Amino acid sequence: MKITKTNMTRRTALKGFGAGVGTLAATGLLPGTMGFAQAQSSAPIKIGFQKHATGVGSSYGRWYNATTQAAVKRINDDGGINGRPVEVVIEDDGTDPKRGAEVLEKFENQHKVDVAFGTLFSHVVIGSAPRAAELKLPYFVVSEGHHVASGMLNRYTLQPGITDVKSQVQSMAPFVANNLGKKVAMIYPDFAFGHDHRDFFGDAIAAQGGEVIAKIAIPPSETSFTKYFPQIPRDTDVVYHVMVGPAVLTFVKELGEFFGPSRPEIFGFIDSIEAVDIKSPGLEFLEGTYFWEGNPRHAQANNSSFDTNFRAAVGVDDRGASLADSKDVSTYAHMFGCWETLNVIKAGMETSGYQGSADRQKLIEAVEAMTDMPHSDDHPQGAKRFNGKTHQVFGSQYISKVTDGNLVVEHTALIEDGLYEDEVDYTTQSF
Amino acid sequence: MTLFSKPNLLHIGVLLGLIVLYFVLPPYHSGNLSRIMVLAIYAMGYNVLFGYTGLLSLGHAMFFAAGMYGFGLAVNLGGVPLPIAFILGIASAGLLAAVVGSLALRTTGVAFMIVTLMFAQTAYLVVLYFGEYTRGDEGFVVQQVQRTFAGVDLTTDTARYVTALVLFAICFLALARLVKTPFGKTLVAIRENEERARMLGYDTKVHKLKAIIISGLVAGVGGAAYAMLFGYVGATFATVQYSILPLLWVLLGGAGTTVGPLIGVFFMFYLIDFSSSVTTAYLLVVGIVLVLLTMFAPKGICGELRRRVFPWLP
Amino acid sequence: MEFGPHLMLASLEGAVVAAVLALTAMGLSIVFGVMRVVNVAHGEFYMLGAVLAWFVTSAIGGHPALGFVAALVIAPLLVGVIAAAADTFILKHIKYDPDRTIVATIGLLYIFQQGTLMTFGPDARPVEAPFNHRLALPWIENGENGLQMFWPWGLSITSYKLFVIAAAVVVLMGLWALITRTKIGLIMRATQQDSETAQAFGIPVGRVYSLVFGLGAALAALGAVLVVPIQQAHYLMGGEPLLLAFIVVIIGGLGSLPGTVVAAVLIGMSDGIISVFFSPMVAKIIATLFVTMILIWRPQGLFGKVIR
Repeated sequence: MKITKTNMTRRTALKGFGAGVGTLAATGLLPGTMGFAQAQSSAPIKIGFQKHATGVGSSYGRWYNATTQAAVKRINDDGGINGRPVEVVIEDDGTDPKRGAEVLEKFENQHKVDVAFGTLFSHVVIGSAPRAAELKLPYFVVSEGHHVASGMLNRYTLQPGITDVKSQVQSMAPFVANNLGKKVAMIYPDFAFGHDHRDFFGDAIAAQGGEVIAKIAIPPSETSFTKYFPQIPRDTDVVYHVMVGPAVLTFVKELGEFFGPSRPEIFGFIDSIEAVDIKSPGLEFLEGTYFWEGNPRHAQANNSSFDTNFRAAVGVDDRGASLADSKDVSTYAHMFGCWETLNVIKAGMETSGYQGSADRQKLIEAVEAMTDMPHSDDHPQGAKRFNGKTHQVFGSQYISKVTDGNLVVEHTALIEDGLYEDEVDYTTQSF
Repeated sequence: MTLFSKPNLLHIGVLLGLIVLYFVLPPYHSGNLSRIMVLAIYAMGYNVLFGYTGLLSLGHAMFFAAGMYGFGLAVNLGGVPLPIAFILGIASAGLLAAVVGSLALRTTGVAFMIVTLMFAQTAYLVVLYFGEYTRGDEGFVVQQVQRTFAGVDLTTDTARYVTALVLFAICFLALARLVKTPFGKTLVAIRENEERARMLGYDTKVHKLKAIIISGLVAGVGGAAYAMLFGYVGATFATVQYSILPLLWVLLGGAGTTVGPLIGVFFMFYLIDFSSSVTTAYLLVVGIVLVLLTMFAPKGICGELRRRVFPWLP
Repeated sequence: MEFGPHLMLASLEGAVVAAVLALTAMGLSIVFGVMRVVNVAHGEFYMLGAVLAWFVTSAIGGHPALGFVAALVIAPLLVGVIAAAADTFILKHIKYDPDRTIVATIGLLYIFQQGTLMTFGPDARPVEAPFNHRLALPWIENGENGLQMFWPWGLSITSYKLFVIAAAVVVLMGLWALITRTKIGLIMRATQQDSETAQAFGIPVGRVYSLVFGLGAALAALGAVLVVPIQQAHYLMGGEPLLLAFIVVIIGGLGSLPGTVVAAVLIGMSDGIISVFFSPMVAKIIATLFVTMILIWRPQGLFGKVIR
């Protein structure tokens, strides 16, 4: 058997290798070769949207996407940012912290985005934030979690578009104590989000002279709730409820079935019925109960033009449902956060003269310098005040009463009601 | 077995390949590879019990999480220096494996599967119950500043890759050596026919217990390494899906092969990554690929290679 | 609420859980018993039943009872057909090898979940119950005038939940009759006992397997249709039922259908009742450990036969 020897010199090897790589690059399969040259003045600004497209957060992910697309369209119609169009790159994080961190790496190293944004669920935020800091990628989250302001995260993570749960809960206590009652039974999910409610509200209501007389923690992924309600004491003035997840409608229905015709005052967070139509069968007992709303779902009598414009842009009607299907209720109390955050990113980039990823630190410093944001088309939920040290924004909170099947705002808590002492100063940390 | 036997050359080759890849690959893929190597440690741990001993556990997430929390809590709450915390993490996983193993190994087959699943569920619930320290499902961050070893910041790309590679190499070579020892061969004998192994005089109970402890220890290395290199500890890693993942990785890569787990993790990672850039319904693609693979390549990638092409594959 | 009424409420709620669980677990038990395969996608058949029920009831307007009855018939049938197809094209090909079946059914799980997400969407959608009235329940206490009935605050059940319990009992009895009294049942039992001998007797084992697989999936789907007016249809709802169904089947004993029912009642009721005494999280931990210990000390389950 003859073994032919090929005349492979190093030069021919390298040439062949180079040709191979070149061919691959031409097909666009090699990562990095598909990117366009940076810092061209017409090259788009890329925003990586970490979307909960699958997993338990997927109903929110869907509306977050709708709002994001609408906000970006508005920005681009207005001329973009610093004269450059905005492009949104979407990656699914599966509502999973491991995948969330991987997605940020993809944004930074493969898609070469300028900033990442859009995460809601706290565990994904906390799982991804360390990577954001290591990658030096500005990470604008829309999460409501207290984790940003608590100091657990880093200088690259900011929450300028939505208020956090500590501030929300704190603002509710005066209204509850003075109008509904002083003895409160709390029902919340038995994980970190629910514990935040339990702890922050417990402190806040005590400051108003009230008391939490029962704390009913519901285990995660529970699908039937009636067996927990007997723990509500007979002398409860107010039942305070906040529930998340696909079973929220069951929770609220069974709460109504449990009480029947004789119920105490009920104060809930709208999270318990986000994406659920308040006119669903079984929810009739909600009539006359109260809800915290991040953003009033039903357009009010004195609605601002900003809210009207926002609804039209995103495609929801006066009851917060999709224009295409009135049974398709949006996550109205949270999704405004995406709109406002994108506008903050724009303002920050314009103030800092952002051109490319070399300017990321200037961008963050520009956002940290922001303070008051007036009620406007950019901020349709209401006026805001940003705390550059804690990277957290503060805003109005709304309390609505269900009246004839409509959510009517009865009380607006001001920014001041939700303020609390700084727990961290990120501006002292280095980049 | 000579030093230059084909299996040895293969193992050295794999490690050399991983070293070379660091210099050749763009940062996105070398970052992925760090992650893949750490998860491959987990998969290799699982392979010891499933691939070599033939015991299907559906609860390995508890060992991974034990390593992760052992490390994370030691650093955050105990202020313990990094290497000691790492050892604590591994030790927690090993201890848990010993306790669980001594109880669970009274069962076999499907009952064993369910019992391990139930123990993992209990572990998950306990993590949530002590949420005051563990922060429950939200989890907590191991800050960048804490993740330095001997003055080296482990959060840079290079340090991360090197650490992952070193840890992977140690586990890889150690396990490759283990399966060649009489102990390892006895495990295979138990997998093939436990009755016969027992009749031949081997103490199968002790062997199985040791196997599960080793398996848990290595899984714990994976967990502690993950927390150390990626900075996040959370209860999500103790859920059922993180027990199913190593099973998938090992089955896809080739159960009972040394290289199989690494290949399996690599394959799944890039399958998801690639299909998610093509379609939003990437899980559908993954599902279809899984079905097709198990229909036409049931022994996994390396298993099929061993069966058809390279019978010497370890 | 006082202890007595609380316990009664928890028991009733537990009975509803047990009813649906019995149906779902029975489906798994039949498949497990006859075919000896672990079907990781069983929970997805449950989910598909709920989702199809939503599609059917949305398509049929009018009184919710009409749509519901239609869903009760159509959804399990469709799911059974899908399952039988999966068995014919996939499971037969891999010859029911245990490891390969696990991987294949995991693949099916992803396919069904993603497919549902793409068509049905990510939201949890309600299905209206055909009828639903709140029934306040009385409790007896020893008052001044001897034993009297009174209506404790909060002690109630809905008429629909009672219907679910009754329906599950009826279906299980029908299933029992099918298996013990009909020819098809006889064939299934023969195949379960010894498939080779059954084949020697001319029983088309392949077709029996498809039938059994389809029947198992249909039972899960039926359980889901019954439960969907109480909960909602959501594309991820199959996870918990899968876990619980497996536990029930193993605890009851592989291959023992009465064991499955007993275990379903035990597990369904215990979760609710234990939570009367302990905080919910502790209750769950205790329940899980309890199940684990039963299995460790009696691996063949309550009614299973010991394999020597």
